[in-house]
Amino acid sequence: MPEPFVRTTSRVIAIPRANIDTDQICPARFLKITDKAGLADALFFDWRFTPDGKRREPVSFIDEPHNAGRQILLVGDNFGAGSSREHAPWALRAWGIRAIFSTGFADIFRGNALKNALLPIVVTPDRYAALTALQAADPDGEWTVDLEAQKATLPDGESFAFEIDPFARKMILAGTDEIGYVRSNLPAIEAWEAAHPARVDTARA
Amino acid sequence: MAEKPRTLFEKIWDDHVVSSDPGAPAILAIDLHLVHEVTSPQAFTGLRERGLKVRRPGQTVATADHSIPTLDPSLPILDELAAKQLRQIEENCREFGIPFYGKGSPTRGIVHVIGPELGLTQPGMTIVCGDSHTATHGAFGALAFGIGTSEIEMVLATQTLLQRKPKTFRVQIDGRLGPGVGAKDIILALIARIGIGGGTGHVIEYTGEAIRALSMEERMTVCNMSIEAGARAGLIAPDETTFAYLKGRKFAPHGAAWDEAVARWRKLPTDEGATYDRTVTIDGQALEPMVTYGNNPGMGISVTGRIPSLTDVEPAARADLEHALAYMGLQPGASIAGQKLDVVFIGSCTNGRIEDLRAAASVLRGRRVAAGLRVLVVPGSQQVKKQAEAEGLDDVFTAAGAEWRESGCSMCIAMNGDQLEPGQYGISTSNRNFEGRQGKGGRTFLASPITAAASAIAGVVTDPRTLKPTATSVDVAHSTAVETH
Ligand code: SF4
Repeated sequence: MPEPFVRTTSRVIAIPRANIDTDQICPARFLKITDKAGLADALFFDWRFTPDGKRREPVSFIDEPHNAGRQILLVGDNFGAGSSREHAPWALRAWGIRAIFSTGFADIFRGNALKNALLPIVVTPDRYAALTALQAADPDGEWTVDLEAQKATLPDGESFAFEIDPFARKMILAGTDEIGYVRSNLPAIEAWEAAHPARVDTARA
Repeated sequence: MAEKPRTLFEKIWDDHVVSSDPGAPAILAIDLHLVHEVTSPQAFTGLRERGLKVRRPGQTVATADHSIPTLDPSLPILDELAAKQLRQIEENCREFGIPFYGKGSPTRGIVHVIGPELGLTQPGMTIVCGDSHTATHGAFGALAFGIGTSEIEMVLATQTLLQRKPKTFRVQIDGRLGPGVGAKDIILALIARIGIGGGTGHVIEYTGEAIRALSMEERMTVCNMSIEAGARAGLIAPDETTFAYLKGRKFAPHGAAWDEAVARWRKLPTDEGATYDRTVTIDGQALEPMVTYGNNPGMGISVTGRIPSLTDVEPAARADLEHALAYMGLQPGASIAGQKLDVVFIGSCTNGRIEDLRAAASVLRGRRVAAGLRVLVVPGSQQVKKQAEAEGLDDVFTAAGAEWRESGCSMCIAMNGDQLEPGQYGISTSNRNFEGRQGKGGRTFLASPITAAASAIAGVVTDPRTLKPTATSVDVAHSTAVETH
């Protein structure tokens, strides 16, 4: 069962690159696991380690001590492009990330993130530019992301509202499970199935 | 009252909405759920923890493709984690009663290759898989899209998904393609034009003369990479080409059921007067063979073109271009043709079907690959492999100096030991040139099978139209036969 999530206050990590794909977030060779363990170490792995497995010198920003424990990312457009691997949001969550600001997210990534109570928050290009400037000027400033109020608050006290899928918001705030919700609609599913004979039978010999 | 004209997408969507509470996403019924070893284990664990069964095992089918080795199947799998993952899917399928095509099965293969070849993929269906290239199945006029592991669990448990209705996007490819230009070039050109986020939130429908002229397998190549344009799915209206491909396949309807199905499928194409949220038109006649130069599939140019300079792009995109070219080790402004190669990969769910192998073989027949080059040809499924061997294509490849393998994803995703070494250059018929995708530090050029094959001969990125014909090979510059049948 997911834990309810309402708000967080944290410093921010900015990655000013567009199109950060799921192969960067969690490289494919970490997809051989059959559980969700160890994925915090896989996050942005190839940015942090050389191809022969050594930690890069100087260390990647992800491994800089002052970035440890930060829960908010500020990233370029179309974050999460590429594969459907839920390992990407799992890795982000395992590392500690709870909310991501960007001008856009890839569709499957966005859906996967919401299912893991990781908030993909879309901002306008102007707002993104302003947030980037703010973070650069005050890299240790704390931002608050409040899902309940659908509001982000910046270190200077300024705040702005953000949009998020209302259904996902309700689920995350309450820690409700979507499968439970859909199963409460089983009569409708059965009615649909009765009216629509199966198109294929994969068990047919 | 006349009904409102609807698009192909809207017809399939409307037909599958089970219920829609105000404020909640629609509950969408799923006709076919394809499963593979990499994205499913945690979903089965979830099901077990809830004490649930698979709701409709007969609408579910599983295979092993991503982490399975493409070497001799009688050899043990040395990678412990991959071996465990492969054991796990077998056990999960047995426990939950799901048909499974595993190691040794004659119908095993890449999930998006076997669905169509077994006739499981049919017009008007909703099809999902824990894999973003599920869009491939849209070539049949099915609404097919990739899902995450939580959603896999949802489909296993309920045979439905919670979905917000996407927007519609019409991509029209007019005219006829020139010699040496094919389906892969259409889709790479589209992504170069609209960008890798250009289709976000949309379902693309491909229309136009150039699309109608494509074979089913070529249509699959186009739809396959819809996700590389950011689209949720890609669709092509079913027509006689679709029906001819499906007829007689194992899971396709037979007898009277076939006639009924075809009658139903004929009603699917978009109604006259239906509108799309967005439209893009491309002149097919003007297309050329395409190659990517950067670290995402949108960074594609004509094989006759030059790698962009920083001043060619918007100021906001310069840092990303600079980063991409540094990763690729390429000079801004240089010609893409002539760039050196270490590896050629022909395969994947984009271009690992029989027509792709025929096209590559038509170029390689009677020729040798360049000295020092590693060339891997990996069929998309065991059935493709068998067919290729029956046609003697394996001999063409091995005589040319290429490796001929068992089917699987292989170097498309580099999970099974087939990979680029750090710094190596590969030209690949797969779909993603992301950093490290084909092996840590590997550098990928994406291209069509004939461009990859022509490049294999020259040892550098090559325009297939510039190859001089030999006694036994096809003259690409003067024939459209190589890319079609
Ligand atoms: S061939 Fe590549 S893109 Fe296709 S399913 Fe396999 S890994 Fe994914």
